[in-house]
Parts: sequence; structure tokens; C-alpha cells
Amino acid sequence: MHPFDYVRAANLSDAIRDGAKKSTRFIAGGTNLVDLMKTTVERPSHIVDLNALPLAQIEEVEGGIRIGALARMADVAAHAAIKKRFPAISEALLLSASPQLRNAASIGGNLMQRTRCPYFRELTWTPCNKRDPGSGCSAREGDNHMQAVLGTSDACIAVHQSDLAVAVAALDGVLTLQGPKGERRVIATDFHLLPGRTPHLEHDLREGELITSVFLPDAPHAVRSSYLKVRDRTSYEFALSSAAVGLDLSNGTIRSIRIALGGVGTKPWRARTAESLLTGKRLTADRARAAAEAELKDARGYGQNDYKIELAKRTLVRALTDLGGVA
Amino acid sequence: MSIPKMGEGRDRVDGRAKVIGTARYAAENNARELVHAVVIHSTIPAGTIRAIDTAAAMKVPGVLTILSHLNAPKLNPPPPPPPQQPAQPNSTQQQAAQGGGGQQQQAAQPQQQRQPPGNYPEPRATPFRDATIHYLGQQIAVVVADTLEHATHAAELVKVTYDEKPARVDMNALRAEAKPKGGQTPPFAKGDADAAFAAAPVKIDQIYRTPYEHHHPMEAHSIVAVWEGSDRITLHDSTQNIFSTRDTIANAFGIPRNNVHVSSPFVGGAFGSKGSTWPHVLIGALAAREVKRPVKLWLTRKQLFFTNGHRPETEQRVALGATRDGRLTAIIHEGVSQGNAISEYNERFTRPTRMLYDVANMRGTNHVVELNVSTPTYMRAPGESPGVFALDSALDELAAELKMDPLQLRLVNYAEKDPTSGKPWSSKSLRECYQRAADRFGWSKRKLEPRSMRDGRLLIGQGMATATYPAHRSPASAKARVNDDGTVVISCGSHEMGMGTATVMAQVAADALGVPVERVRFEYGDSTLPQAPISAGSMTAASVGSAVFEAASALRKKVVELNGGRDLKSADEYSTILHANYLPNVEVRVDSKPNPEAEQYASHAFGCHFAEVSVDPDLGLVRLRRMVSAFAAGRVLNEKTARSQYLGGIIQGIGMALLEQTHFDRRFGSFTNINFGEYLVPVNADVRNLDVIMVEEDDKVVSAIGAKGVGEIGIVGVAPAIANAVHHATGKRIRSLPITLEKLL
Repeated sequence: MHPFDYVRAANLSDAIRDGAKKSTRFIAGGTNLVDLMKTTVERPSHIVDLNALPLAQIEEVEGGIRIGALARMADVAAHAAIKKRFPAISEALLLSASPQLRNAASIGGNLMQRTRCPYFRELTWTPCNKRDPGSGCSAREGDNHMQAVLGTSDACIAVHQSDLAVAVAALDGVLTLQGPKGERRVIATDFHLLPGRTPHLEHDLREGELITSVFLPDAPHAVRSSYLKVRDRTSYEFALSSAAVGLDLSNGTIRSIRIALGGVGTKPWRARTAESLLTGKRLTADRARAAAEAELKDARGYGQNDYKIELAKRTLVRALTDLGGVA
Repeated sequence: MSIPKMGEGRDRVDGRAKVIGTARYAAENNARELVHAVVIHSTIPAGTIRAIDTAAAMKVPGVLTILSHLNAPKLNPPPPPPPQQPAQPNSTQQQAAQGGGGQQQQAAQPQQQRQPPGNYPEPRATPFRDATIHYLGQQIAVVVADTLEHATHAAELVKVTYDEKPARVDMNALRAEAKPKGGQTPPFAKGDADAAFAAAPVKIDQIYRTPYEHHHPMEAHSIVAVWEGSDRITLHDSTQNIFSTRDTIANAFGIPRNNVHVSSPFVGGAFGSKGSTWPHVLIGALAAREVKRPVKLWLTRKQLFFTNGHRPETEQRVALGATRDGRLTAIIHEGVSQGNAISEYNERFTRPTRMLYDVANMRGTNHVVELNVSTPTYMRAPGESPGVFALDSALDELAAELKMDPLQLRLVNYAEKDPTSGKPWSSKSLRECYQRAADRFGWSKRKLEPRSMRDGRLLIGQGMATATYPAHRSPASAKARVNDDGTVVISCGSHEMGMGTATVMAQVAADALGVPVERVRFEYGDSTLPQAPISAGSMTAASVGSAVFEAASALRKKVVELNGGRDLKSADEYSTILHANYLPNVEVRVDSKPNPEAEQYASHAFGCHFAEVSVDPDLGLVRLRRMVSAFAAGRVLNEKTARSQYLGGIIQGIGMALLEQTHFDRRFGSFTNINFGEYLVPVNADVRNLDVIMVEEDDKVVSAIGAKGVGEIGIVGVAPAIANAVHHATGKRIRSLPITLEKLL
């Protein structure tokens, strides 16, 4: 770990002022940042601690719920209104990490978590375009059994591993960001970036900005939503594949539908192709399968992760048919 | 005076200290003036170090020194091995050494050796000897600084450059160069296996694979080294082999072994990975001598993936020949595992094959492919664990081919005596294990056909396999002392790494002496105590237990003599008799040796597992729903700690079956999933209903107390039982562990 200095911001404006310095990282739960500092992947000179900021509330506001960026995963998962109006959010959180981590990790930090691609995170002596732009991608022809099959590029195939981000993307979450130039809002699906040629750029967060809250809009498909996570270990494993789905059914016909896939994309993968194929149709297992096929049409495997293409389809079919109550 | 104490399920005596945190582990010995060492690893698998640039690192505040082959004093390598003794394939010592995996040549030898060689896991590459890189992760330098943070940061700033050589990393590609290794297990042969196989009416011939696996005890390897001058050292070590650590240090530094004090009262798990004196022990001691301050060296979880052993990858061919009614006529078991050029380790997976079933024609070989990959070592049931996966998977394939019940197939081939040596078993209750476990499991209700059982949309499968592990015993010494207040102290430098030694030994002594177990204290974990063997090979109960029993019995005899030959009627008489004789205490010491009669027998523990899994046919998810296991391993010394040992082995077996594998990238010669987020071991949610049946035995051939050993047999057979259940559920035979969902999609 490289040496750094540390300040605890007393309020939001101090945090933004301190955060504007070069080589600064904000810290909340620290469950991801500190790990990366230990392996020297992150080498900030300054750490600004956000934990004293009043951003941990979960508020029922007009048209939805606003979750403060410092709310802890465990608190959001257990929140009665979240469980009732956005069950997929609660489920995604409860299927994440371990109880200890969920008690420590914040919602904002969860959305900011970096990939666990081994070449990025552990094998720091190997090429990685995300860690060391221009050095190459070791995962494409290496240990990529966990890595992405959607949204990959020649430069990077690292998977985005947040469960929460998948549910937020599905349910049209909106992030509020605050920075030196004021406040702005970004739709969750636009927040995370595809790697393209610049895999070191992971999100639409400008210099000195931080996430202050996540807004979840009420909708019938949000009330009837769920999160399915598929993994070999029953608990405490990152998704091999997952699906957040929301359904508004009327007599078996889909009025509105929301789908995002996890564990398979370089970013939380909103499945708009599948959504448009299913909207207005009667939900059947065959239609669900056809929609999954269409969504994964451009998926590309890299050897060890080839299985994820088929697994993602089956995960989506299972999530849809279980939620829709069709065999 | 005849309260049964041996066998009774008692709480562990060290439980409270561990729970409230007063149990002091090696790294918690914060000696005065303590400084910290951080090790630097090679990032290439083969070649030589060209240069080590320490300029930036030395500028970090608090850095005392950076040692490497460039500037460190040379450590003595192990002396050349003594000439080979004529082979005694079934001697107890021989088997003990095999249980230790071949690196362990110390434990079974008499104590009066001149300057013992110690136990170097990498005998051909003592740390910092030269610039050669043998594998990625090799410890090539060490930074010593006033704080862990300074040492860690300085270590990051050290720049090492290399001249790389093409690395040997591909076991398959180099298979032609596989060779026999580790002198103690010759290949075995009986009859003409190839001819019998060729002639067999029914044949199975398949390849089975097991991956790299790492032990990962909860407590990472750590030492605190404290020198007095340059020839006397106290070493707080986390080890399952105190006396070998002592001897290795003595040899490496050229000091008398009595000048080496090793203390290891608590060990937070080991599973074999703490049986050898790994490089960090020598490096930490060397660093402490150089800076003339106590040094703490505590490896990180990530470092444990490279420098403290692993179970090597194996590839095994099993060919079975049988008659149509299920009589095995031939077994061929052969294959390779990973090794390297600087160590002797060989994963002897064919070892169980020569004794598990009654077959007239058998042969087995297991060769090693030397790679530029870190040094493998014994890991819980070395040999047996991967070997029985292959053998009992093949048996299940044969049963399926014959449309025969898999249990029936095993009963048809039940070995009434050791099929290779022809010796009688000292005890074997496998038939009773099969019977009781099958009954409790409800095996008779199983349908023979694969894919014939369902629960909703889930496929249900039931599978079984046999478990076995050799019963070893090594020489051990113990002291027993009774004080005039009636309290008893038993001493032996054995190890408590969670298996319950401290508790069980107090029970053994209390039983022999006829005193309440609360009055007995067992002293262990220190090289100043009477010598114990390595705690490995499932031999602590038999070896140390016998020594403790004999010492306690001799003590009782001595007190009875003081009492004019009249036996004692109550525990309180010890105090009375000592007072009457004006004695503050009475003490005896015994050197306990294996029973010479044991040579005439074959001795093994036996057991079996019956597993039920569910498989999601769409998602490939396997979940173990329940398992019934039965074991017969001699006398049970403590019902509670024995059960825990079995359960621990079974859970590790669940990991082996379904989760554990260390991925390896051949391009870099590196393991890749080097943390607990991606190296998957079972969590509570994976461990459902486990039921352990203990079949009572009393094997006085193996040990004076009738015990064999329970440490390793629990894991053996779990993986094939689960793999066989997966086949029964799905009709798919998975011959490569672990059984992850992608293999079932």
C-alpha cells in the first residue's frame, strides 16, 4: 500500500473541495477501495472520508424512493418500502457479498466497485489495459471463466460484478451526482461505460464528482420484480450469471417489462432487445427463450467463459418464467 | 474409579481460550524491539535474477535491511540423504513416512541421530542460495522495517529484473518426461493386470482429473524469531512439526539443536501445509539474526497460494476388468501429477488402489511431471483423496455398466485380507459401515436407473463411495507427573491445530490413572517437551495417545509400588500416598514405540459415504442435500472431537467435489484466483444435513489405546460419492473435479 493522507469531510461542500485534488479517492465503506490499495492497483495520495456526510437516508419521495449514497447495503435490503415496491433491489443486495460486507459497504460504493478480473486486481505484474492503459489484455486468452461475454472489446473483457447495479439498471434508477460544477442527474444505464478502447474509464463521473443518491421510480413492473443469481457456491460468490426482471402482466400479457443481466456484461446489461420483443406479448417459455436468444445474439465467448452465453439465456428464461408463473 | 473418560464427548479444553482470544498464536508474540519482515516474490516462473534495485525501497523510513541472494549469509542445505535402507513395504515407519508424503523423513526415525537434516520441502533450493528462479512466487528477497506498513511499502518499491527462460508449465505437453519420484512408494503390481484386463468380459477405461487445490488454514503461516546472540534462537512458529522445525533451523544455521527452541501452542489449522519448514521460516530467522532484533514474518493469504504447498493437479487412468457378475479381475491405475525439480513430492494417488478391493491382478504407477510451478505438498489425505475419487468413480461406472447396485458391487469385491501383501487386517469393520450408513440413508429405496428420481423440477441423485486411510503410528515420548495435591501433568511436544489433541490426551491419561479428567493437564506445543512426531498422516491419536497411555500407566504403577503394591481405590489416594512418602511429586518418562507385532498385519481405517444431491437441469446447479457417512477407525477417544474431525474432512470433501480449484495461467506460470472471493470453499449454506456414524473398534495392534486415526479419512470418498450421485441424477459422468455448473449445462 502506498502512503496517503486522509481527511474526514465534515459536509458535502468540503468533500467536493477536497475531492477536487489530483489523485484523490472518496471512501465510504472501503470494502473495495482498501483491497485495491493493498494490491497497489489503487494508489491515491489523498483519501476523503465521506462517512460523516448526511447521505445515508432512505426517503420515500414523490414517485419513488431516494436512497442516499451512504446508506449501507444491509439497511437498504431490509427497508420495508424497498422490499414492497422494489423487491429486485432488496434481493440483489441480499444475494451480494456476506453479512459483514453488507453492513459496511455503501450503495454509492457498490455502484463504483471495480472489476475482479484477476489480471486487473491480483496479478499486477501482467498486462491489463484497465490498470495500465495500453499494456494489453491478459484475460482474453487467459483465465476468463468469470469474465464478460457482452459489451467486450479488444482492449478489455472484464465483467462488472455488482448485483445492485443490475437491479438498478433494470428498474430505471437515476443517480444524482454532485461536483465542483454543481448537481446533475444521470440515468443508471448511462452511468457505466463500455470499455471500448478506454477500459480505464468506467463511469460518467467527472473530476471531483461523487454520487449523492439513487432514485428508484415507482412502477407496476418494479413492484413485481425479482433478482435471480446463479453461482456454484450457495452464498458469497459473484454471479456467474444473473437477471433482474420486472413484469407488469395483464391477463398473461406483458404490459411492461424490465430486464437487466448481470455477471455477463462489461457493464450492467440492460436487455432492451429482449424487452421490446416481449412487450405486448403473452409470456411463454418459448417467447422468453427467443427473447434471450436475441439479447445474446452478439455475445462472444473467449474460451473459458463460453458457457456464460448459454447460461445467461437459461438464467433469463428461468427468471421470467418464475416471475410470470408460466411453466 | 471406573468412570469412562476415554470416548466420552467432552468440550475441548482450549475452546474457551480460543473463543475469548487469550490463546496466543505465533504472530501474536510481540516481543520487545520487534520488527517486521515482508517477503518479495518472483514474478516469472523460470530464469535468473539479473538485478535487484533497492534504492527507492531503502529510502522508506524505518527500513533496516533488504536481504536476498546478493547479500544474505548462506544457509546450510540439507545433508545428502543416508543410503537407502532395504525396502520394508509394510512397516509402520514406512507407512508413516508415506503418510507424511515423502518430505517427512524425520518423524519416524530414532531420536539419537547426530545432526538431523530437518525437513526442507525444497531440498535443492535453500532460500537465497543463488539467482535461480524455479517457480513464480518464489521468495527471493525480504525487507525488514520497524513497522509492517513500512516494510510492505518498501517491498513494493523493490525492482527486480530477470533473464527469463522458457518455463515448463504444461503437464500434458511434458507428460513424456514424467518420472517416478519420492523413493518410498514403489509402483505396485500383482498378477498380470494387463492380460487380465484384456481378457475381461466387462471393461471400464477412463481418465479422471483433479485440479490444483490449496490448504488455506484459517491462520496464515507466521513466525516470530528471537535470537540470543547468534547461536541461540526462540522461534514462535505455526507448525504441525515442531521437532523438524527445530532440526531444520539447527542444520540451516549450523547450531546445536538444543539451542533452538520452537514454541507452537496453538495452530489455527494446517491440513498438511504446516508440516514442512517452508522458506519463510528460514528467511524470517535469517532476517532476525541479521538485524539483531526479533522479527515477525506473517504471510498474506495471497502469498499462501505460492509458497506453502498445494495439492498438485493429477491426471489418472483407471482401467477395470470384471466378470458379468461384478467380480473385479483387473485394476490398472496410473497417471501423473505436478511436481518440481527442487522437491521430492509425489501425490501417490494409486496408494489406496492396492488395498481397497479384492482383485487378483493389479498394477499402479504414479509419476511426476516436473514443472516450473511452486512446490506441492501433502494435503489432507494425500494420495487417498484424489486416488479414491478416480477409483470409486470408475467402480460406479462399472456398476452402471453392469446395471448392478454400486454397494453390491463393493460387497462382491470386499477384501477380507490385504489383497497385495496377503496380510490379515488388524481390524476392519467396513461391512458394518456400509450396512449402517446404507440403512440410515435409506439406500435400498434408491432406483437403479439414472434420472429416475425427481423433486419438482430438480433431478435427485444418490451415490456412494468407500473411504480409507492407513493407520500409522510413530515413536513418541511422554512424561507423566502426579503432584501431591493430586493434579497430573502429562507432557509431550505434540500439536493442537484444532483436532482436539489437548483434550483427548487428558482423557487418555485420566483413564489410565483413574482420576477425574479435570485434574489432568496436557502440556504440548514446545520443543523442550518429550519428542512427538509430526501431526500428520492421522497418527497423533495412535502415536502420542500410546505414549501418553504408557506414561500414565507407568506412573500409576510407580505410585502403586509406593503403596506397597496395592492398587488404588480412588483418585484421592495419589495425594495421600505421595504425602505419606514425603514426595512433592512422582514423575515417569516413557519412549513409546510401535508394536513390533504390527508388521504382521495390514492396518487401515475404513468408512463410506452415501450422498444425495439435487441438480437443476436447466442451470446445472448441484446442491448436496444430505450425506450419511460411517467410519471405523479404532477406538473413539472423544466422541465430540472425533465427530468434528470427520465433519471437517467431509466438508473439505464437499469443497473438493463441487468448488475448490486453483486456476493456473500457463502463459505467466501463475495461479490466478488467488483470494477467497474466487478460491471457493464451502460456506454454511453449502453444508446441509451431514450424519456421521462411528462404528466402534478396538485395535490394539495399531496402538496401546486401540485407536487408529480420524484426521484424514473423512475427506476420502466424498468427491466420488457426490460425483456418483450427480451421475445418478443426470446421467452425466463428470470425471474432472470440481463439478461446476458449466460441466452440466
